[in-house]
Amino acid sequence: MNKKSFGNQLLAAPHVVWSVIFIVVPLFIMLYFAFTNADGGFTLENVKQIGLYKKAFGISILYAAIATVITLLLAYPMAYFMTKVNISSQRMLMMIVMIPMWMNFLIRTYSWITILANTGLINTFLGKLGIEPLKLINTPGAVILGMVYDFIPYMILPIYSVMSKIDKSLLEASEDLGSNAFNKFRRVILPLSRPGIISGITMVFVPSVSTFYISQKLGGNKTMLVGDVIEYFFNAGPDYYNVASAISMVLMVMILVCMVIMNRFSDDDSEGVII
Amino acid sequence: MQKEENIVQLKNISVAFDDQVILDDLSLDIKDKEFITFLGPSGCGKTTTLRLIAGFLEPDEGDVLFEGKKINGVPAYKRQVNTIFQRYALFPHLNVYENIAFGLRIKKWPENEIKAKVEEMLKLVNLTGLEKRHIDTLSGGQQQRVAIARAIANHPKVLLLDEPLAALDLKLRKDMQKELKKIQQQLGITFVFVTHDQEEALTMSDRVVVMDGGKIQQVGTPQDIYNEPENAFVADFIGESNILDGKMIRDFYVEFSGQKFDCLDKGFQENEAVDVVVRPEDVDIVPVEKGMLTGIVTSVSFLGVHYEIIVDIGGFKWMIQTTDEHFVDDKVGLFIEPDAIHIMKKSEYSGLYGDYSSYSEEIDHLSDIIEEE
Repeated sequence: MNKKSFGNQLLAAPHVVWSVIFIVVPLFIMLYFAFTNADGGFTLENVKQIGLYKKAFGISILYAAIATVITLLLAYPMAYFMTKVNISSQRMLMMIVMIPMWMNFLIRTYSWITILANTGLINTFLGKLGIEPLKLINTPGAVILGMVYDFIPYMILPIYSVMSKIDKSLLEASEDLGSNAFNKFRRVILPLSRPGIISGITMVFVPSVSTFYISQKLGGNKTMLVGDVIEYFFNAGPDYYNVASAISMVLMVMILVCMVIMNRFSDDDSEGVII
Repeated sequence: MQKEENIVQLKNISVAFDDQVILDDLSLDIKDKEFITFLGPSGCGKTTTLRLIAGFLEPDEGDVLFEGKKINGVPAYKRQVNTIFQRYALFPHLNVYENIAFGLRIKKWPENEIKAKVEEMLKLVNLTGLEKRHIDTLSGGQQQRVAIARAIANHPKVLLLDEPLAALDLKLRKDMQKELKKIQQQLGITFVFVTHDQEEALTMSDRVVVMDGGKIQQVGTPQDIYNEPENAFVADFIGESNILDGKMIRDFYVEFSGQKFDCLDKGFQENEAVDVVVRPEDVDIVPVEKGMLTGIVTSVSFLGVHYEIIVDIGGFKWMIQTTDEHFVDDKVGLFIEPDAIHIMKKSEYSGLYGDYSSYSEEIDHLSDIIEEE
């Protein structure tokens, strides 16, 4: 018995080693930098400075929240539609959702520049129709669009996976008990797909709130998100590692708090995939 | 007896999926307040028939009538029928109370009336006190009761039950059979029950509809179905039976197994080929010299209440149930009273059932002989 469980533990060893080296150790390095000054002495100065970046935090949360809501509104009907079609169509739609994920994230984001730029695809087309060019690139809208585009598969997939597992006889039972299409959706499909929604929200909100690439490429220099601030300080050289670590730590704590709150909503039905 | 009105009528219903015929020109009248059971092997179309009445499926041809009115195309949620599903289909996101209240909330009942109704239903199915429990914390039997309560809380005129007891163990199933029957009589609701368990069908039903191959084979009271099966399929599916090739020499006189017997059946042509049914419990084992037929015992099983013995008579294996002990290789006589013999017209099922060869331990030996021939 003991021997067997030791064998099982051994199987987990590579993962444990990997986790320690690449997750636990960096976390402690971050904590160390966050609470020390350039000389290595303990200080709370870095954390106290966070107030200076509250605008970046505010914008990050706002944009991420808007992007998450839009993603949910687009993804939910899509996921619902995917469960309604036949199996081969489901596979094809799944492929369509997944294919962009196989492409590099940077390239995907970059390609939006060529679409949204002042001389990009959309404005060229509008110009041909004799319409004044629109200001698309370097706007908050472009940043949110980038977030929605990049992260929507992470919303569709968990919702689809939960929704497709809903027992068809439950839908029949609700009809049998008098539900029309609206009641069937509101009283059965929606509550039963909640675990998927919760995990989708988490998987979209978390990367959105901490992104920096999307805002730089599609938002110009006007929008500074928390991710941009962190990147800026890390690029500024070793002297700024302490501040950058402090901001990272606060961001991480905020994300953790958000996830705890979200998990509260899904409490006992744990069908969703929460990373 | 209550007034015999038809509440549901099926008229010349045909259904096919992907060119496979599921129901073939099926017609049936279901009387108000009766307990009617669709009985048949899996794939016989019994569940499909139920789904037609529930409104989950529309017939390709034919009409479904409810209280005399055609309801083809009326969606399930507008029909005054409720269903108890095979796997109960209870809502996992709701507790017992909310499951039972589901239909009432959709009808926008006031909260105090819902509360009173749910309590009444819980009392009816003996689940008082479990209102707050989550569905997955209930046992199979309790889930079954919630499903019953949820369906009848809506006062359906017809309750459809799709093999509701199949997932329960034997003891619980027997209890629930009695309880369902009691609830049906208490509430005066028409029950349309689907099962593949013949014993269940016989115990509970006012009428049994035996189905096979998308067709009704026989409709009748449990006694009719058992005592007067219409063809070899019904005789074989309901209980045990020895089904033999026979010839009706004239009214009340039949020949089978090389002997002539008095019987109680008439209405056949002279010398018409027929199927003869003899139930295993209706055969008496007597000393060889007193027997109408003689044979050799090839297998004996003790089943508690009685022995089930297989007797080879001229190559045909009879099953006989007897309380006396006999031994393999005993030579025995069979005595058959006229009322133990039931005559059926030949049908597509003739010759398919009724021989207990496969029951015998010497089946391998037997098939060797056949191959050699």
